[in-house]
Amino acid sequence: MPQPNARRLTTPDDAHERARIADLRPRAWVNPEPEGRYPLVVVGSGFAGLAAAETAAARGIKVALVERSFIGGTCINTGCVPSKAIIRTSRLYAEMRDAARYGGQVPGSIQVDFAATMERVRRIRAHLGQPNSVRRLAAAGVDVYFGDARFVGPDALTVGGAKLRFDKAVIATGARPNTPSIPGLAQAGYLTNENVWDITKLPPRLLVIGGGPIGCEQAQAFCRLGAHTTIVQHKPLFLEREERDAAQILSTALARDGVEVRLNTRVCGVRTEHGEKRVDLISDDYKNTIAVDEILTGVGRIANIEGLDLASAGVECAPGKGVGVDDFLRTSNPCIYAAGDVCLEHKYGHTAIASAQMAVRNALFRGREHWSKVIIPWCTFTDPEIAHVGLYVREANRQGIPVKTFTILMHEIDRAITDSEESGFVKIHVREGTDRILGATIVARHAGDMINEITLAIVAKIGLRKLAGVMHAYDTQAEAIQRAARACERALAPTTA
Amino acid sequence: MTDPVALSDGALQDSLQRAAWEYFPLNTHPRTGLVADTSRAHSPCSIAVAGFAFATYPLAVERGWIDRADAVQRVLAALRFLRDSDQSGSATASGFKGFYYHFLDMDTGARVWRSELSMIDTALLVAGALTARMYFAAQSAEETELRALADHLYQRIDWRWAQDGQATIRMGWKPESGFLHYDWEGYSEAILMYVLAMGSPTHAIPGDCYAAWTVTYQWENLYGHDYLYAGPLFVHQFSHAWIDFRGIRDRFMREKRSDYFENSRRATCIQREYAKRNPHEFRGYDENGWGLSACEGPSGVELGAAPAAQPALGYAARGVPYGPDDGTLSVPSVLASLPFAPRIVLAAVRNLLARYPEAVSAGRLSTGVNPTLQAGDGRAWVSPGHYGLDQGIVAMMLENHRSGQIWRLMRACPPVRRGLRRAGFRGGWLQRRATEEDR
Repeated sequence: MPQPNARRLTTPDDAHERARIADLRPRAWVNPEPEGRYPLVVVGSGFAGLAAAETAAARGIKVALVERSFIGGTCINTGCVPSKAIIRTSRLYAEMRDAARYGGQVPGSIQVDFAATMERVRRIRAHLGQPNSVRRLAAAGVDVYFGDARFVGPDALTVGGAKLRFDKAVIATGARPNTPSIPGLAQAGYLTNENVWDITKLPPRLLVIGGGPIGCEQAQAFCRLGAHTTIVQHKPLFLEREERDAAQILSTALARDGVEVRLNTRVCGVRTEHGEKRVDLISDDYKNTIAVDEILTGVGRIANIEGLDLASAGVECAPGKGVGVDDFLRTSNPCIYAAGDVCLEHKYGHTAIASAQMAVRNALFRGREHWSKVIIPWCTFTDPEIAHVGLYVREANRQGIPVKTFTILMHEIDRAITDSEESGFVKIHVREGTDRILGATIVARHAGDMINEITLAIVAKIGLRKLAGVMHAYDTQAEAIQRAARACERALAPTTA
Repeated sequence: MTDPVALSDGALQDSLQRAAWEYFPLNTHPRTGLVADTSRAHSPCSIAVAGFAFATYPLAVERGWIDRADAVQRVLAALRFLRDSDQSGSATASGFKGFYYHFLDMDTGARVWRSELSMIDTALLVAGALTARMYFAAQSAEETELRALADHLYQRIDWRWAQDGQATIRMGWKPESGFLHYDWEGYSEAILMYVLAMGSPTHAIPGDCYAAWTVTYQWENLYGHDYLYAGPLFVHQFSHAWIDFRGIRDRFMREKRSDYFENSRRATCIQREYAKRNPHEFRGYDENGWGLSACEGPSGVELGAAPAAQPALGYAARGVPYGPDDGTLSVPSVLASLPFAPRIVLAAVRNLLARYPEAVSAGRLSTGVNPTLQAGDGRAWVSPGHYGLDQGIVAMMLENHRSGQIWRLMRACPPVRRGLRRAGFRGGWLQRRATEEDR
């Protein structure tokens, strides 16, 4: 769903964009004629919707998939995929400037080719969109309908004039960027993580509002591409859910990149003067105004439920919270399930896929799987990355679980030193006196990859001590996990008199 | 002045402690009794430094550095001024609800620098007043008045108001914008503040506030040591200047089979381990070159091995192991760890004094020295002048190490005993009645 007040931009019409459209929203597409009642209708074709449709179709279930915009939803078109692509290019430029750190020579002139950067983004998202093309979905037995879905009863919805009846449905309409209510922001115009991919010129001065994962990732990326970037966060630290040491390292990293970090600060007004956006900031009682060329908001996401007429289907929802589901991902209508950003607290691509697969198994195959039992890792793709799985220490403390953390600093790991990537740590939380892993936070350049080992250990109920005996290839940064495991092993070893 | 490195351990401690204490009479306003934040010209009063000053007069009297009557008059002047200061909470008042703004004008007591009403700094101020109250126990009119004033200042602090309806105490408040919207999270020097807030006979906060605060604690195994994490050294010292944590334990420490004193010892060792590893390759870091804490360092430059240079931080709370770290060492913070780990602390202090004699002026330690940033003559960058907080913590912790005087005084202090018990502390001296020796 497009942002009502965000700037309207047009994606450059190039071969990549034309390919993406041909794959994911072909202009000549004609919706099929419904052939009776569908065993499953999926509303929304982001990662959750695609996973639901594919899971059912692979088991021979006839599926209707309804999409109002592009197949692939946020992740492929405006979220994870383009975001990672631009982060990689921005890292390249950062490393070029930092070449001396690696014993290299800084190029004489580093000119950012922003057009090439964005062209690469479009190429990659078009490429990654291909496996989800409408043609392939149709070939897999999925009936694809483009248009706005609207429930007209507990077992029916309409799309483009057609009425689809269903035995079961999965709502997977995703979420969209939240809009901060700031006086003058809408009039001045702003970018979000959805439409920022359509800009063709790097803004010389950029303000990022919001210090969550999206805001931090984008602020660092655009700063590294050459935009004078200011990030404003109303809390004293970034990533308020994460451990404060991780957030502190991120603050330092952003500042080191040249991002102007304004913590504990709010935007209280925006106006346009002389062709620039003048933004009023307040921090406690200190007020000042900065001038920027563009404003990018990254203040969370809200579920797409508007226009679905969920009440007609007996599906309860709450504005801002999305579709309500029970632990089986079932809505208040027992025939309708939900998956992905529209109903989950943890809005990630991998949670979208996992929840959709679970919803389909529960809806169609008598599954009784509990979402609350799923172990969810996540990662903020800044440099260094910040990844987490399981409980935080404060959560364990609140639950009365005695917790002990084994910490290994990345500056103790050979590979981190040889790669000049010493910033960060591995913290693995165990139940005190045992090696039962409760959770972990990793701050490292490749934390997102490293966290998967801990996730596996938690899911497979492998104690931390066991990881000490698992050979880790030398020379890898994941050795930090083994070092933490060895520390745990020593701590639990019986002491000799 | 005698080369401090040439002195015996005892003489070195005496020399550094006396010089540290002399900061206070030298930087106290003769009429208001307020104490300057730093020795620099036009420095305002820091209410925390005033608290440290009050707490050091008893040791100075005992050591014969000041006449008792003179000491009483100096403390009395400040307490009277604070009693009569403007508590309206206006932008130019001295305080509100019994709390004080962090920085006050030395002449008038008016708030300066648009500073916040500071809960922790008020706690340090009143802890100092209570220390003087415990020591000056004579029945003379002056000492009786001193005790009454200390009680009055402590009892009028509205700790409950400072919770702002939350489980924990807010960090600060400003007349222009209200409470600062963040709280104390993680282990910090605020343990003293919570003890005083819970021990208040007039505005005590409930015991579950302490529990809510300790929920944010992190018990970590780092460099082979198990400890309650906090990065800067001063966090492991400030509450300990007043409270003898040896052998007393709250619920958290009972679970961990440790105590806060032992924790500070381990934190000291971890500082040393970090410096030995020296991840940023700063000059002067090794087993006898450490001490990351709150202090002033250089600013406006980049420091460290060229490719991985760190921006200089100016005045900042530097910490181990997560940083920030710009190569600045706080020698006073090393010395103030003396009670916890005498052997490694003395070795480090002697080494730092030998390497950086420029870090001592008038016998007192500068707050920060940065060996990585050298002048043309090869001397390390040194923060000019002196900071009152450094001198206060040095004077108090050396006294605790040498005689235990302040710990003894505060072991008998009813608000401290009551606050500790309400926070769940048990064992050790807290199980015994306050003894004559304690008084």
